[in-house]
Amino acid sequence: MTVKSWLLADTPHSRTQARLGQAYIGLTTLLSNPLAVVGLVIIGTLVLVAAFAPLIATHDPYQQNLALRLKPPSAEFWLGTDALGRDIFSRIVYGSRLTLTIVCLVAVIVGPVGLAIGVIAGYAGGITDRVLMRITDIFMAFPRLILALAFAAALGAGIENAVIAIAITAWPPYARLARAETLTRKGSDFIAAIRLQGASPLRVLFGHITPLCVSSVVVRLTLDMAGIILIAAGLGFLGLGARPPSPEWGAMVAGGRDYLIDQWWVATMPGIAIFVVSLGFNLLGDGLRDVLDPKMR
Amino acid sequence: MSTPLLAIEDLNVTFETRKGPVRATRDVTWSMGREKIAIVGESGSGKSMSARAVLGLIQPPGRVEARRLEFDGIDLRGLRPRDWLSIRGRRISMVMQDPRYSLNPVMTVGQQIAEAYVIHHGANRAEARRRALDMLAAVHIRDPERVYGTYPHEISGGMGQRVMIAMMLIPEPELLIADEPTSALDVTVQNQVLAIIDEMVTRRGMGLVFISHDLGLVSSFCDRVLIMYAGRVVEECAAADLHKATHPYTRGLLACQPRLGERAAELATLNRQAEWAR
Amino acid sequence: MSLGAGTVGAGKTARPSMKLLRGIATQLGTLCLTILGLLFVTFFIGRVVPIDPVLAIAGDRATPELIEKIRAELGLDLPLYQQFWNYLVKIVHGDLGNSVLTAKPIIQDIATYFPATIELAVAGTLIGVLAGVPLGVISAARQGRWIDHVVRVVALAGYSVPVFWLGLVGLLVFYVKLDWVSGPGRIDAVYEYIVEPRTGFMLIDCILAGDWEAVKNALSHFVLPALILGYYSMAYIARMTRSFMLEQLNQEYIVTARVKGVSERAIIWRHAFGNIRVPLITVIALSFAHLLEGTVLTETVFAWPGIGLYITHSLFGADLNAVLGGTIVVGVSFVILNLLSDALYTLLDPRARAT
Repeated sequence: MTVKSWLLADTPHSRTQARLGQAYIGLTTLLSNPLAVVGLVIIGTLVLVAAFAPLIATHDPYQQNLALRLKPPSAEFWLGTDALGRDIFSRIVYGSRLTLTIVCLVAVIVGPVGLAIGVIAGYAGGITDRVLMRITDIFMAFPRLILALAFAAALGAGIENAVIAIAITAWPPYARLARAETLTRKGSDFIAAIRLQGASPLRVLFGHITPLCVSSVVVRLTLDMAGIILIAAGLGFLGLGARPPSPEWGAMVAGGRDYLIDQWWVATMPGIAIFVVSLGFNLLGDGLRDVLDPKMR
Repeated sequence: MSTPLLAIEDLNVTFETRKGPVRATRDVTWSMGREKIAIVGESGSGKSMSARAVLGLIQPPGRVEARRLEFDGIDLRGLRPRDWLSIRGRRISMVMQDPRYSLNPVMTVGQQIAEAYVIHHGANRAEARRRALDMLAAVHIRDPERVYGTYPHEISGGMGQRVMIAMMLIPEPELLIADEPTSALDVTVQNQVLAIIDEMVTRRGMGLVFISHDLGLVSSFCDRVLIMYAGRVVEECAAADLHKATHPYTRGLLACQPRLGERAAELATLNRQAEWAR
Repeated sequence: MSLGAGTVGAGKTARPSMKLLRGIATQLGTLCLTILGLLFVTFFIGRVVPIDPVLAIAGDRATPELIEKIRAELGLDLPLYQQFWNYLVKIVHGDLGNSVLTAKPIIQDIATYFPATIELAVAGTLIGVLAGVPLGVISAARQGRWIDHVVRVVALAGYSVPVFWLGLVGLLVFYVKLDWVSGPGRIDAVYEYIVEPRTGFMLIDCILAGDWEAVKNALSHFVLPALILGYYSMAYIARMTRSFMLEQLNQEYIVTARVKGVSERAIIWRHAFGNIRVPLITVIALSFAHLLEGTVLTETVFAWPGIGLYITHSLFGADLNAVLGGTIVVGVSFVILNLLSDALYTLLDPRARAT
């Protein structure tokens, strides 16, 4: 029996076989979607660039050279130089670290918090559910960008503040998602079986129900990342975000604004980077949804 | 039978899936005149697929191949969309299973029936409404005026199926396919709906293909019975001769029907043999 | 054989108005609660978050007298809930505080600037609907064909592109290089003093003033930001329309319609589209709300004197009160639009009305 037919067997003989089979089907579905592959490649490149930034960048991103300011793209400065003579390419490369940091920090805060609230609300039911969902609904109706702006305005510039500002308005959809999934699973037989075996509510919640909700949360996170990157870049554009001289992409676009007419590359290049990364997350998220969402299968 | 109303030979409906091609029907062959035939089988036996193939409703990744697929002399294979418009509804119609899903939720019931009339007879609104009301009365709906203006979610299942029947028969087709029309209904309502179908089909001299999973239901009602299993027609006989059926699957189905007054220690079940599916 | 007519579910057509009223009351309650929550958040941002709220509001160049005045105004020695209550009372009376930069009541500033934002948001949404809905429907109807791919890619790009960058690139290409449109600002300075601001909507004011040169000029300033916001809106609306349509086209009633012999065009527009009209209105309201939000960045790029620019200027001028005031106005509009779209859904869907 070949590996492939073992993975695709209709009656798997072990849990490992079943899990690996699912993963295989998921992977082939994902990879058969060319757009999803593009998204995967983009995100993969982002991670690699961020990890190996010192090796990839051609210059020091903080090195100013006023004699060489506002130079067009050339062999030496691949994407030109900005108003302080810094190499734009290297700044974009190092900026990828900031982008990735923001994305990961927001995901790490928003995912678990939303999951926890949603799962607790769904499982507990009754007044806990109603109160938590009310709060979730209220937060969900808030305008993300504006509130993030107000928060960042009050907290001051800085990447941690931007992350907090974004996270505060980004968690509600995950709570809703997790709650919906929990409600679906709550009445199922295997949960009843586990409870009959004497599992405590905590164990049921976090050991069994939560893992089931993870996949839809992951898909949603990936899709949301695109929007979060745009909000973070927007905050950076307005000067709230990583403090200068950090090579934050949004701030770089703002820095190039005054030179738009003659030295268009200063503002345009970082914007392309933002666009490509956001696009990558959107493509990957769409692809993941097609794989993990049973309705689409 | 000079020209059969419907003639099917070696019908193969295949779906391309990730795990390879799946054959929903295998070399299905049968024909009919203006009579009532029943197609009985379990889920996955291919009975619905055959019906949808007749109406050209199989879309990619499904593929329809047949040596012969004719309705009243018209070759149904490879018809252009424009040609289908004059066949569907006008000459062949289909009543489907669950009116909760098969009726348009945002159009009133009356509008949907009237639409079926307007498409094929091109009348104005008032005329179409009159015809629709007549049809509602013909399927024994009391107070057709009121029901005309209701939405599908406001009426019961039994009434919904009557509406469905009215809608499908208003263009006066020659062949009606009923795909499990009573499966979603309460038992008490089932007989009523069946009676309406019987009445309408007999009165208009139409052909009827009644698809069901319930052998007992159809044997009293139809002239001929076709049994399907795993995409193949495994038995074909007159309804009156069912008890003389030869194929082990049919015998198994017949044996599974519990009878009042029967003394048995255990209820009979079906022992599927692999060779039936070949 | 007795054939009775089926019964209509009891009580479903009895007194729909009662259910409707109750539904509206619930929606209003949710609205108030949400606005309260929003105001609490802005209060929190204004008083609790900064290390010294007085300094945050007064700015670091404030005189000691101003600081004392603000300290007294804020009543910082009072317990937090009382502060919040005073805050609420003031807001209900329209008192959002005074701007440090302009020294005028913030509410007055906002009234001056809001129409410009509404102008853009309305235009953007209109473009989004007129372009996005047909494209979404066609894309779903011809799923998998080239037009579907094109629409999806174009919409996806609209989803992923940073609006401030698109604005800059747009200016670069259409203003600087091609000179097809005017640059930043709402109207050339020349006209600004000639046209009397009667409605606050520049285009209407120009038309009212009868000055066609001014109208043309205003239009040439208006077209690029409106198109960019329109693209954003179109991307979202097309994507949602396509998604809704695909969902409908998979339903059984579409098969019924096909069986009836309904033409493909009628299936798409009369049956499927008829079923998405209501959720689509929700989407349009949401898109408008998002555009209101997005103007913060667009107006900065185009120097468009709307509420977004007001907020960012206040931001750069460290005028926290003004930032919060603008946030409240935009936030409340956003919330109202959100809940309005929910309410519309309940009102318009025949299924939702009866249940």
